Amino acid sequence: MAGSIRDRVAVAGMGCTRFGERWDAGAHDLIVEAAYEALEDAGIEITDIQAAWMGTATMSTGMSLSEPLRLQYIPVTRIENACATASDAFRNACYAVAAGIYDIVLAVGADKYKDGGLSGLTDGSMPGPGHAMTAGATGPPPAQFAMLATTYFDHYGLSFEEGKHMIGRVSWKSHLNGQRHKKAHFQREVSMDAILNAPMIAWPLGLYDCCGVSDGAAAAVITTPEIAKRLRKGKEPPMFVKALQIAMAPNDGNFNTKFDYMHVEATVRAGERAYEEAGITNPREQISMAEVHDCFSITEAVTMEDLKFSERGKVLRDIEDGFFDLDGGLPVQPDGGLKCFGHPIGASGIRMLYEMYNQLQGRADRMLNPGQPSRQIKDPKLGLTHNLGGGPAGCAIFVGIVGLEGA
Amino acid sequence: MAGITSYGAYIPFYRLGKDTAGWGSPIEKPVINFDEDSITMAVAAGMDCISGGDRELVDSLIFATTTSPYIEKQGAAMVAAVVDLRRDIATNDATNSLRAGTQALRSAVDAVKAGSAKQVMVTAADCRTGTPGTEFDQTSGDGAGALLIGDEGVIAEVIDSYSVSDEVLDNWRAEGDGAVRSWEDRFVLQTGYLSVMPEAIQGLLKKVNLGIKDINKAVLYGPNPRRHAEMARQLGLDAGQVQDPLFGQMGNTGAAYSLMQLIAALEGAKPGQKILVASYGDGADAILLETTDQIANFNGKRGIKGNLEKKRIRKSVGVRGATLKGLDGGGPSASARWRDRESIDRLHGAKCLSCGLIQYPPQRICSRCHTKDQWETVRLSDKPGKIFTFSLDYLVGGVDSPLAITIINFEGGGRGMFTMTDREVEDVQCEKPVEMTFRKLRSSGGVHNYFWKAMPQRFQGAFQGIA
Repeated sequence: MAGSIRDRVAVAGMGCTRFGERWDAGAHDLIVEAAYEALEDAGIEITDIQAAWMGTATMSTGMSLSEPLRLQYIPVTRIENACATASDAFRNACYAVAAGIYDIVLAVGADKYKDGGLSGLTDGSMPGPGHAMTAGATGPPPAQFAMLATTYFDHYGLSFEEGKHMIGRVSWKSHLNGQRHKKAHFQREVSMDAILNAPMIAWPLGLYDCCGVSDGAAAAVITTPEIAKRLRKGKEPPMFVKALQIAMAPNDGNFNTKFDYMHVEATVRAGERAYEEAGITNPREQISMAEVHDCFSITEAVTMEDLKFSERGKVLRDIEDGFFDLDGGLPVQPDGGLKCFGHPIGASGIRMLYEMYNQLQGRADRMLNPGQPSRQIKDPKLGLTHNLGGGPAGCAIFVGIVGLEGA
Repeated sequence: MAGITSYGAYIPFYRLGKDTAGWGSPIEKPVINFDEDSITMAVAAGMDCISGGDRELVDSLIFATTTSPYIEKQGAAMVAAVVDLRRDIATNDATNSLRAGTQALRSAVDAVKAGSAKQVMVTAADCRTGTPGTEFDQTSGDGAGALLIGDEGVIAEVIDSYSVSDEVLDNWRAEGDGAVRSWEDRFVLQTGYLSVMPEAIQGLLKKVNLGIKDINKAVLYGPNPRRHAEMARQLGLDAGQVQDPLFGQMGNTGAAYSLMQLIAALEGAKPGQKILVASYGDGADAILLETTDQIANFNGKRGIKGNLEKKRIRKSVGVRGATLKGLDGGGPSASARWRDRESIDRLHGAKCLSCGLIQYPPQRICSRCHTKDQWETVRLSDKPGKIFTFSLDYLVGGVDSPLAITIINFEGGGRGMFTMTDREVEDVQCEKPVEMTFRKLRSSGGVHNYFWKAMPQRFQGAFQGIA
């Protein structure tokens, strides 16, 4: 590898709006809310920002950020990489600091979906960039991801009940975690019974196997380790960036018979590169916590194997044993994930980092809903975030690793 | 010697029958699924007809129907493309008459005899609708037949033909009419069917100097079982001479009816048999054929017999007439569809000349060896496949809920994502064999948007020809 981002940049402040049906807020309101929380957290002014990266799937140009924040002619790059949008904005912002071009930059992710009048994302409209009939006509997201489950169940000989329970427990755990968080889209626990008996959306995925679509924004102030430590002196420590990897699939899962529809190769590739970049040899033991792309429950399940948290074909045991629960060996989706916290496409990647940031700093409970038990993970050192933009057959994958200084 | 060198047929999988709620009749008949029409049925019959044959030899295709999906836009051009015939061929629609099928057959024979075409494919398909509950509704059926006409490898020679043209207002359907209209029954039958069709038959017999007793099998158009029997009686035919008109199994399939009955007759025919075909509609056609020795060795077709055996009785008539509007999204871009026409209509995939990988849809660069622009065409439409994985989408299906979305791996290589039709939920399972079928995805803005779908494999080996 030509170079590594490991410990070359740090996050000095972060912000995140409450996700959900934000009838009260437009996209600009959400951006201001998240960005100013990050600026205040870092203890800097908006005028300290030298350049910015804006991740959004729905809004054009860098003006989607300069306009709401009234940025005065600084560079802003708008980035779109489907569900990996915010993470890629964060990644590019980190590289600019690591390159020594800027000292303090801002990365924001935001999308406002709930003004669209739809409760989910629709099938792509034809024609697509490629083939007139198959580009964008490959079925809506639930059906695409459902096929991961179909093949996984079939290949490993899981009965419908066994498989359904496995993925159902993924969502059960996420709701249990997320309902403790004040900013989560969904604010309630869901019983296994309700999950297993919910209406079918795309067999075998039922209602609770699918994440919601939300409004929301998240932001990060990225700077050099020296400046970060100075800014956070007397406060919680900054979060250090250990690895940033993107892997882009050639989108051939639907015409390459080698593609097995039981795993996502791009996640494997991005994960392996991220572990190498961060110097991690045993992710199951070394990673303290993770926020992964659980657009659908089965996506989280196979991602556990692709990231080598679980052995190939063995994730059922880990899920059912509670290994990924908040009090398990490797808590996954401590804030509820896409499933419960919500999924405004262009914001999700930085939202995941926001949870890592708060957990690493030991202040996860500042967003705790009243009367709920603590959601703080004990002494986390390294956190992993993962996004999957697209479908299992072809996608943009981001894997990032963050942690405390020296971890 | 000009005559039939091959045949094929298609009868929709779904039937209305005594267990169909809302049908109210013990009579069984095939009905198109929501995504079928006369073009899709003609394609299926054409694929059956050409299976195992040489597409390069076909110089012309005729599409006969009274139910073309378009009033202005040729059906034959689409059928020819989808069946994957050559581009430098003549195409023609024969329409607006129940005699369109036999007229197409006459034209095809004339072209072969004249030497203007080596082989002509005649396809005929209809899916006419009548007023629900009427006798028409009970005796009509949907289906398609296809004949390959040539002068080599003839299984049934076309000896001669005789036509009568007759202007009479008996049955008609004006632009915008949903169902066939008819004048008063007795007038229609007495001055029309029962007088004009015998006129053509007698004219033919006189021309070839034969008597009605010389006919081994008479294929007679008939609007319903009663009138069909009356016609046979009037002509002096014995029961054994009359081809079973297949009422109660297939029904009157309109412009395709005479050809489909003829195919049924050929399926049971021995060499040296004389077959009379008579059709009616704005006049009458009578055609005499004689089977050759070659018919004894002719097999491998789904035909009428094969198609009649494959069926599923509808639970209710509810889906009849349902449109595809439930499937959201507009039509495709005409220019984008045109650009990808080979892979859309002909289901052509691309096989890498360097490493042999088959990709669908065709790509510029091989995803295995990265060779650029070095491909040969592979037709996937007639290949059997298996369901690799699937989902059943309960939100987007509309009339087809749950929408079965499948990844199909083709035998011999290649993969594609296709929706699945003519299936019950329990048919959709990993590793289940499928075959491809050309269907309408959706209709919107006056555009019928056709593409291939997968369906449970109805015949082993798909359209490679039945072993």
